[in-house]
Amino acid sequence: MRASLLPLLAALTLALVASPALAATIELTIDKLVFSPASVEAKVGDTIEWTNKDVIAHTATVKGGWEVTIPPKSKGRITLKQAGAVDYFCRFHPNMKGHLEVSP
Amino acid sequence: MFIRPTAALAAFLLAGAAPYARAAEKPTDPQIAHIAYTAGTIDIEAAKLAIKKSRTKEVVDFAKDMERDHEAVNKQALDLVKKLKVTPEDNATSQALAKAAKEERAKLAKLKGAAFDKAYIENEVAYHKQVDSALETLLIPSASNTELKSLLETGLKIFQGHEQHAEHVAGALK
Repeated sequence: MRASLLPLLAALTLALVASPALAATIELTIDKLVFSPASVEAKVGDTIEWTNKDVIAHTATVKGGWEVTIPPKSKGRITLKQAGAVDYFCRFHPNMKGHLEVSP
Repeated sequence: MFIRPTAALAAFLLAGAAPYARAAEKPTDPQIAHIAYTAGTIDIEAAKLAIKKSRTKEVVDFAKDMERDHEAVNKQALDLVKKLKVTPEDNATSQALAKAAKEERAKLAKLKGAAFDKAYIENEVAYHKQVDSALETLLIPSASNTELKSLLETGLKIFQGHEQHAEHVAGALK
């Protein structure tokens, strides 16, 4: 029994060493065409998850970069791969704006 | 010069919100609900025409966005009037809007290709601008029911977004 646990422990230790900071999921909401919070800090590897409370579809779009579609009464998510500060907006309603500060 | 739905709204605003202004009256909630629903339907019908006629991806995509959003908002409006047991009431503004929109659609139907795209998008910019202005200066301040007011306020944000979206597409067509 003890022997069979060892590889598991080893794998776990290795995983912890490989990623000193565990990736987190950062939850944002969209309500009445507002990204909330409007600005968040995250790390590479974190997932941003938007919950759309509106009855219309939105997007989180970075000009010349990625785009996430967030259907009405539903969720959309992206795992951050690059460090840096990005401004994003809704392609359907460009008056909706948000900001991400992504550290390495 | 087209007689645009926007012209009807503009006249409505510029003339001191005639015919209500003459009697120093604001539109009632049943009238506001009717005007808002009519304005949405006009944009859905224009979008359907654009989806059928345009060969430009940006224009067709934009029209689909308009159809989807305005249908969602109009459904909310219908659900709300049902809940509030309000019967939307036809009125001179709704009639002027519908008449002008019919004429605009007839003009658009005769256009093709780039001329159609340009006329449709330019009208979308102008139309949303006028609807937003009507919401801001007249319909929202006149609404007495708080839920109706809140729906109109959310509608205003959505349509301001459409206005910017339409301007973006208009810029891309040039």
